[in-house]
Amino acid sequence: MGLLEVADLSVEFEAPAGRLRAVDQVSFALDQGRVLGIVGESGSGKTVACRSILRLLPGERARIAGGKVLFEGRDLLGLPEPEMRRLRGSRIGMIFQNPSTHLDPLMTVGRQVAEPLIYHRGLSARDARARAVELLRLVGIPDPARNAEAFPHQFSGGMRQRAMIAAAIACEPRLLVADEPTTALDVTVQAQILRLLLQLRDRTGLAIILITHDLGAIAATCDSVAVMYAGRIMEQASKAELLRRPLHPYTRGLIGSRPSAAARGRELPSIEGQLPPLDDLPAGCRFHPRCAHAEARCRAGTVALQPATPAHSTACLRWREVMAA
Amino acid sequence: MSAAGLALGRRWSRLSPLVWIGGGSCLFWVFVALAAPWIAPYDPVAQDLAATLQPPNALHLLGTDNFGRDILSRIIWGTRLDLQMGVLGVVFPFVIGTTIGAASGYFGGIVDMLLMRLLDVTISFPFFVLIIAIVATLGPGLGSFYIALALVGWVSYARLIRSRFIVLKHADFVTAARSLGYSHWRIAFRHILPNAVMPAIVFSVSDAVIDIVLGSSLSYLGLGIQPPTPEWGLMIAEGQTFIATAWWMTTFPGLAIVLLAVGFSLLADGIAENLGLRD
Repeated sequence: MGLLEVADLSVEFEAPAGRLRAVDQVSFALDQGRVLGIVGESGSGKTVACRSILRLLPGERARIAGGKVLFEGRDLLGLPEPEMRRLRGSRIGMIFQNPSTHLDPLMTVGRQVAEPLIYHRGLSARDARARAVELLRLVGIPDPARNAEAFPHQFSGGMRQRAMIAAAIACEPRLLVADEPTTALDVTVQAQILRLLLQLRDRTGLAIILITHDLGAIAATCDSVAVMYAGRIMEQASKAELLRRPLHPYTRGLIGSRPSAAARGRELPSIEGQLPPLDDLPAGCRFHPRCAHAEARCRAGTVALQPATPAHSTACLRWREVMAA
Repeated sequence: MSAAGLALGRRWSRLSPLVWIGGGSCLFWVFVALAAPWIAPYDPVAQDLAATLQPPNALHLLGTDNFGRDILSRIIWGTRLDLQMGVLGVVFPFVIGTTIGAASGYFGGIVDMLLMRLLDVTISFPFFVLIIAIVATLGPGLGSFYIALALVGWVSYARLIRSRFIVLKHADFVTAARSLGYSHWRIAFRHILPNAVMPAIVFSVSDAVIDIVLGSSLSYLGLGIQPPTPEWGLMIAEGQTFIATAWWMTTFPGLAIVLLAVGFSLLADGIAENLGLRD
């Protein structure tokens, strides 16, 4: 059995217009030491889905409407809040998109890395500090003993992200949820951070969920990939399979709209149209208004994720034709 | 707090001149209060009926009152009480208001609703009238004054802290703290409060001015410090009868209140300016 198993997870938001379903029956699984990439545009529900794993939904109006999140065999959605708190930061870590705003501006970096150790592991302040310096060295902060005394505003973006990673992995979690960890960083730093995550995975057997809209990051790091669109998973496969043989027009669009050296000088293709608003989702396949392959049966009824091959699922009814195209 | 102080400390070189002037003035008064036994030329309560109502002269730099007591010595000793009123008058409301505001802003919902109704009830009475009523009920004296301030003065702090908490509880670094599994207590007091408390600290410095004036006013009304203890407000009250013939009895204690108040205000403005809380 895997480390994490998410089954039919749905999340709803209370809105004036009624309940909006931001995540609709999402399922995925993850083994120890593996990296799962979740790709999608802004608003596709990928962040909300992953925050539900830690039960960290924004505001009082978001609510998990159904499904299961099995972590180490336990359903996290049924856990009482104090139990859940014990898992956060110790068994499941999370890092965020914007490291500048996700660190406490008035606390030294070393203190912020030491705090989970004091809180979850009961380490003394002195031991936790020593460990924090080691962790800062592990994530590649130069001169960690001196930099532990620095405040976040004295760090560069990449160093802040490293510090946030150090705090998140301080208690050696089994799962790290990384919500667009490289989006706010320079391209050169992005590669360093992704490499750091893989090193940590190799060292500790950490499983990582990498939320991103950057297929390059996926290609560089992930074992398997789930593509999300308008709250649903559209396609799911191993990275190699998905990039080589995408079976959903949306995934093909995403891959096709990446700039590449081969296509230099030509106009960059893009997917026409926009993500539908949650209060006005199209019937049938949610991608059909933007899809070149759509036909009558795509516009009505339910379109569920189904296996095309045992290791490759797609929510496209016409995947055979799409593949042939 | 210590972290906030440190962050401020690191920027000391860019401190506004207001901080230096206001802080210097406050330090001056603290020095006067501490050194009162050594720098006061006379015993502040010793009467000298041979030297009553003398205008400022070489022996009595600021003159004497109707009992022949040295005004300068009484102002110097009075500093102790007036500074104490400024400090203690702020401490209790600050602590109570911060706690209530933090709970209200952090938890929201029913907790917020109940605490805010309590706040509404408190501010529905005019501030000075309520203070005077409480002091009059409890009996004159400094103890009653502090209790009254604690019961009434917390509302401003509660509102300030609450509004900051409402904003900060959704801040990214708070979400990150949640993702590390910290308790509500730890998140509210270790992470949000240090980031929320600065406006309240700035306000408390201006509030101290109001408390000093208020304490003096109560003494003037006979509800605060009792004679013959030297206190600035009381000295003004005592000098009132002689205002036409002995202007120095009221003018100099009044000037002391003004100077102390201006010092506190400048300090508050300076800190606010340095923190970017005001333009």
